[in-house]
Amino acid sequence: MAILEVKGIEKSFEDTHVLKNINFSLEKGEVMAIIGSSGSGKTTLLRCLNFLERPDKGSIIVNNEVIFDATNPSTQKESELRKKRLHFGLVFQNFNLFPQYTVLKNVTLAAELLAKERPDYKQNKKVITEEIQERAKMLLAQVGLSDKLDFYPHMISGGQQQRVAIARALALEPDILCFDEPTSALDPELTGEVLKVIKNLAERDTTMIIVTHEMDFARDVADRVIFMDDGVIVEQGSPQEVFGNPKEERTKQFLARYNKT
Amino acid sequence: MNEISVIISRLSESFLLNCKLFALTLIFSLPLGLLIAFGSMSRFRPLRWLVRTFVWIIRGTPLMLQLIIMFFGPGLLGLSFSWPGGASGRFIAATVAFIINYACYFSEIYRGGIESIPKGQYEAGQVLGMTKPQIFFHVTLLQVIKRIIPPVGNEVMTLVKDTSLARIIANKEIIMMAGEYTNKGLIWPLFATGIYFLVFIGVLTILFNWLEKKLSYFRT
Repeated sequence: MAILEVKGIEKSFEDTHVLKNINFSLEKGEVMAIIGSSGSGKTTLLRCLNFLERPDKGSIIVNNEVIFDATNPSTQKESELRKKRLHFGLVFQNFNLFPQYTVLKNVTLAAELLAKERPDYKQNKKVITEEIQERAKMLLAQVGLSDKLDFYPHMISGGQQQRVAIARALALEPDILCFDEPTSALDPELTGEVLKVIKNLAERDTTMIIVTHEMDFARDVADRVIFMDDGVIVEQGSPQEVFGNPKEERTKQFLARYNKT
Repeated sequence: MNEISVIISRLSESFLLNCKLFALTLIFSLPLGLLIAFGSMSRFRPLRWLVRTFVWIIRGTPLMLQLIIMFFGPGLLGLSFSWPGGASGRFIAATVAFIINYACYFSEIYRGGIESIPKGQYEAGQVLGMTKPQIFFHVTLLQVIKRIIPPVGNEVMTLVKDTSLARIIANKEIIMMAGEYTNKGLIWPLFATGIYFLVFIGVLTILFNWLEKKLSYFRT
C-alpha cells in the first residue's frame, strides 16, 4: 500500500506556472530522489507536501487518508493543516535551527509543545518529558552528535547543524522525511557526513523524499528517481533506469553534464 | 553654601519631573508600540494603511509641536474634553503626547526586528507542527529581543533628554529650572544639570550593555 499518493498537483505563483500536473506515489520504506535543474519546481513540490505552499489543484493522500484536496475547502483549514504537517518532516537547505536553544533543546522543543496538548499531560508530565529527552538523545546519538548536546548552533559546523536538523525532524516520527537539497549549503568535506546519515536512515527503511544535486548519492541510495524539468515530471524509474538508460531527451541533456562514464 | 544646597534641591525636585515623565512614557509606550507594530503588519489592508499613516505623521512632526497641539488643541478646537487644571493637567498632557510619540518609534523598531527574522525560522516552526503563537513565543521572540536591544536602548536614552521638551507647555523640568538661575547670573546650575543627565544615561548605558551581554550566548 502506498504511503503517499500525489495526484494532479498544480501550483502557480502570479504568472509563473511552477507545477504542472504532478502525479506520483511512494511506498513505505522507499527512498525517492528528485533531481532536476533550478526552477524545475522540485522545491515547490516539497513545500506543497509540507503545506508551506498550498497547491492550486490536486490532492495529497497519506496512508489512504485524503489529507489535502484542492476542491474540498474543509481539508484546508489552518487548524487541520497543522496536524497534517506532522505526517511529513522537512530538512531545509540552510538548516533553520533555532539559534537560542541548545542542540538538545532544538530536538525536543516541538515534541514538548505537542505533548502539552495531550489529555494525559498533567498527570504524566515528568514521564512524558523524560521520554522526549531520551528519544532526542537517542536520535542525536544516531546522527553522531552525542557530545554536542549542550552546544549552541553557532558553535558547531554546518554539517553538524544539518545533522541536528535531521534529528529534529525525526523527533516527531513523521511518516515521510523530506530533504530539500540538504547538502547544497555545505562544502564538500561536510557533505559526506550528512549523506552518511541519510544513507543510514535509508538502510533503516525510513521513507524519504530527497531533492538533491548529488547525483552519485541519488544513484546509490534511492529506490526511485524522478527527474523534473519546467514543472513537469519528465521521467521516473529506478536509478539504473533513469541514470543508466534515460529515455527522454531532456533527461539525457541534464545528465550529460553529470555522467562522466 | 546654603544657597548651593537650595539650588541643588530645586534642581533635584525638577529632575524628578523628568524622571516621572520618563518612567510613565516607557511603561505605556513600550507595550503600545507592540500593538501599533502588529497593526502596521496586519493582513487587513485598511488597518495597515491607517496605522502606517498615523506612525508617519507622528514620526514626521516634531515632538515639540505635538506637545503644544496636545495641550492647546482640545480647548482651541472646542472639544468637550479639557485637560485638568494646573500643573497636573500640563503634566498629563505632556505624558500622553510622549507616550504616543515614543510608541510610534518603538513600533517601527519592533516591526524591523520581527521582519528581520529569516522566514526559515517560521517555516521550521511550522513544519514541526507549532501554532503561530507558539512560533512567536518560543522561536521568534527572543531573537527579536536580541536584535532590538541596541535601537531600543538608543530610543530610551533619547527619551531621557527629550523629557526636557515638556517645558514647552510649562512643565517645570530641570533645564527650565537651571535656566532661571542664568537670569540671576549663575551658570553652574546649567553644568550641574548636565551631570544629572550624564549620570542617568550612564546608568542606562551600563544596563543596556548588560542586557546585550546576557543575550550574547547565541547568535542570530
